[in-house]
Amino acid sequence: MDSISIRKTLMKFGSWITNLLATLLALLWSVPVIWAIIASFRPANDPMSRGDVWFSNTLTFENYTRAWSLAPFGQYYINTIVVVLLILAVQLITIVLAGFAFANYEFFGKGWIFFFVLLQMMIPTSALLAPNFSTIRTLGIFDTRLAIAIPYFGSAFGTFLMRQAFMSVPRDLVDAGVIDGCSWWQLILNVYLPPSIPSLIAFGLSSATWHWNEFLWPLIITISDKSRPLTAGLVRFTQLGEIGAQWSLLTAATLIVAAPLFITFLIFQRRFIQSFVHSGLK
Amino acid sequence: MQASRKSLKPLPYILIFPTAAFVALFTAWPVLLSIYQSFFRQRMNIAKFREPTFVGLGNYVDLFTDPYFIEVIKNTLAYILGTVPISIILGFLFALLVNRKVRGIGFFRLAFFHPMVLPMVSAATIWLFFFTPDYGLFNSTLRLLGYTGPENWTGNPNLALLSVVIVAIWKNSGYYMVFYLAGLQNLPIDVYEAAALDGANGWQTLWRITFPLLRRTTLFITIIAFIDSFRTVDHIFVLTSGGPSRSSTVLLFELWLERFEYQDIGASAAITVIFVIILLAFTVTNFITSDRREA
Repeated sequence: MDSISIRKTLMKFGSWITNLLATLLALLWSVPVIWAIIASFRPANDPMSRGDVWFSNTLTFENYTRAWSLAPFGQYYINTIVVVLLILAVQLITIVLAGFAFANYEFFGKGWIFFFVLLQMMIPTSALLAPNFSTIRTLGIFDTRLAIAIPYFGSAFGTFLMRQAFMSVPRDLVDAGVIDGCSWWQLILNVYLPPSIPSLIAFGLSSATWHWNEFLWPLIITISDKSRPLTAGLVRFTQLGEIGAQWSLLTAATLIVAAPLFITFLIFQRRFIQSFVHSGLK
Repeated sequence: MQASRKSLKPLPYILIFPTAAFVALFTAWPVLLSIYQSFFRQRMNIAKFREPTFVGLGNYVDLFTDPYFIEVIKNTLAYILGTVPISIILGFLFALLVNRKVRGIGFFRLAFFHPMVLPMVSAATIWLFFFTPDYGLFNSTLRLLGYTGPENWTGNPNLALLSVVIVAIWKNSGYYMVFYLAGLQNLPIDVYEAAALDGANGWQTLWRITFPLLRRTTLFITIIAFIDSFRTVDHIFVLTSGGPSRSSTVLLFELWLERFEYQDIGASAAITVIFVIILLAFTVTNFITSDRREA
């Protein structure tokens, strides 16, 4: 064999190895969720044992109905959805206004105020849960859905993202708007926002994902089912005395908590992944 | 026009006010409050310590002379060293594997990324089964490989922290993959064409060209991975509750324990301050060094 064909064979072999490696890793990475889905349909009276943790002879939906009857997942759903939507609604207003101000105006103290807002990105809220707990107590809103949401109403990250998006809007367009007599909110609505919608969606998706999944802050700030979200509800559920090691029931509850976001992700996979990239890179 | 913009007109301040007010109330104020409270002894569950008494640096001295807190610091370091580098390397590997023109690449991307959208508590609940003694999937698989060693992962003081690390790696690697993927797709093609002409092989291209060009991405991912490793303890609640004998307690979990289990306001405030100093030191250093390098 001459050197070129040796090289070709080697490359072919290399790409075969790469495919094998990718397939193995992908399967390995998928095992937990695939197992959970299968296990959640396994009858409760068919407990798992050594070497028999996958399939059962019969499939059943009863784990889901039982999990639902053992804990108020319906209420948890409402709470999570209310919290996520409340945060999104307020954030979209605050970040657009602040992002616009930083992108469009020059004013005294701009740099310092921007740095002050960015502090929130450097000190994640979870590090401040002890003092924030006192603040919530003082405000008299302990154990409410508002208490879960309120620390996130202002978003340094969102402000930063919108400022970047707005700054890439051509200056000529803005000046034309000003000459046409646009007021500041008309400038936002007609000039700045339309080309920045992708940034807004990207921020919205990552914010919704983050807050749907958040656990520690809701755990300490809620005490009753009327405000407890899905994540805190799930952990409470796993600690119920009658659950024990009933894996089919546990996995069903786990999937109840994860399903809406997970299914949305499966449908809009590309958009989701792009959003995470977009919201991560400047 | 320009002159009128650089002014003290109230509008920009009004527009920024909501954001700045929430940052003030839930980021700046709690930091100040913690600094203040950290100089006082106040324990809510002991009657005579209910009222705060000034103790100067007493809380800090107590923490750093407490072998248990030193253990927590060690655990935190071990957790960071265990999760950050491996998740980043895996993220890079995944990105290389997914950044190819092969059929079914969408499946691979999905496989690596999907743990990211699961709540950490859900992920940990699933993994709880994997670590179960005897018939747990982890032990079953290891048994196939001829390993009959430790059985109860989350209940073994030597393995509890490792279990938590494994779940974090599984959950986060796909997230970091996405950033590398974006970086890879923005690389200049002509550099690769030149390298191919010079007869560089795959490995040389990877280490001499791809990796150096992605330095900025790596720096960025390192920052988020580092902050992530500090602020997520959800899986610890589900898997180990910080045990056994506190072997898997890290800084944030310790903060939660001090404040909400032991009701120790002074100690938890001091830990909050230490926490904030570490995070600020890290992010500010990174901002400064990365700016200088790129300038």
